[in-house]
Amino acid sequence: MIEIIAYIFIVVGLIFDLFGCIGLVRLPDVYNRLQASTKCVTLGTCSILFGLFLFRGFTATGIKALLCIVFLILTAPVSAHAIARGAHISGVKLWDKSVCDKYEEDKQS
Amino acid sequence: MNRRLRWLLGLLIIIALFIVIIFYPPASLLEWQSISLMRFFFILLLCCIFCLYRILRGPTPADRVVAIDILGILIVGFCAVLGIPTGRPWYIDIGIAWALQSFIGTIALAKYLEGKGFEE
Repeated sequence: MIEIIAYIFIVVGLIFDLFGCIGLVRLPDVYNRLQASTKCVTLGTCSILFGLFLFRGFTATGIKALLCIVFLILTAPVSAHAIARGAHISGVKLWDKSVCDKYEEDKQS
Repeated sequence: MNRRLRWLLGLLIIIALFIVIIFYPPASLLEWQSISLMRFFFILLLCCIFCLYRILRGPTPADRVVAIDILGILIVGFCAVLGIPTGRPWYIDIGIAWALQSFIGTIALAKYLEGKGFEE
């Protein structure tokens, strides 16, 4: 029974990974790509690791999988924010149809 | 009209690839577990091919940095899926080490994009 729940978690994680990578190819802008792909792929990989934890239980491998989940959730938003800030400072333009750019207004004021 | 047709064509190609990966060759009911694990690898390889397309084709350096970050997180998923059928405990160790290295590399590339030095 618990193996079937673990397989369901892994399949959901793979579908999130696939959607994140399709967003990485499809969307028009650096910032849109960053938002779609980072969130989807982080959630998908955390779901795969949680499936591995459900397979193994509280053994060494399962606890390492939980540790890896915590580490990914802590570090992925930090790296995404650093990339977005670096891209904006290095002068990457937004998409033509973007509505507002608050960071540019803050830098000018 | 042309744009919507292209969007629909891409969606149909992706759905066709997904169905081919999932349902061909058809698995018997007794051994669906090992065969489905092999198919998980194929789906992750498809994601990696999308990331490599963005690395090759990205118009700005920031696109390439985003794709490298995503590729690092996908490799952690690879290590997690490899740990299930083999039963060896050290694949997840490789995953943790790869996550650390990928985070440090991404932070260094982001600081490089800002155009400042590394000493700040």
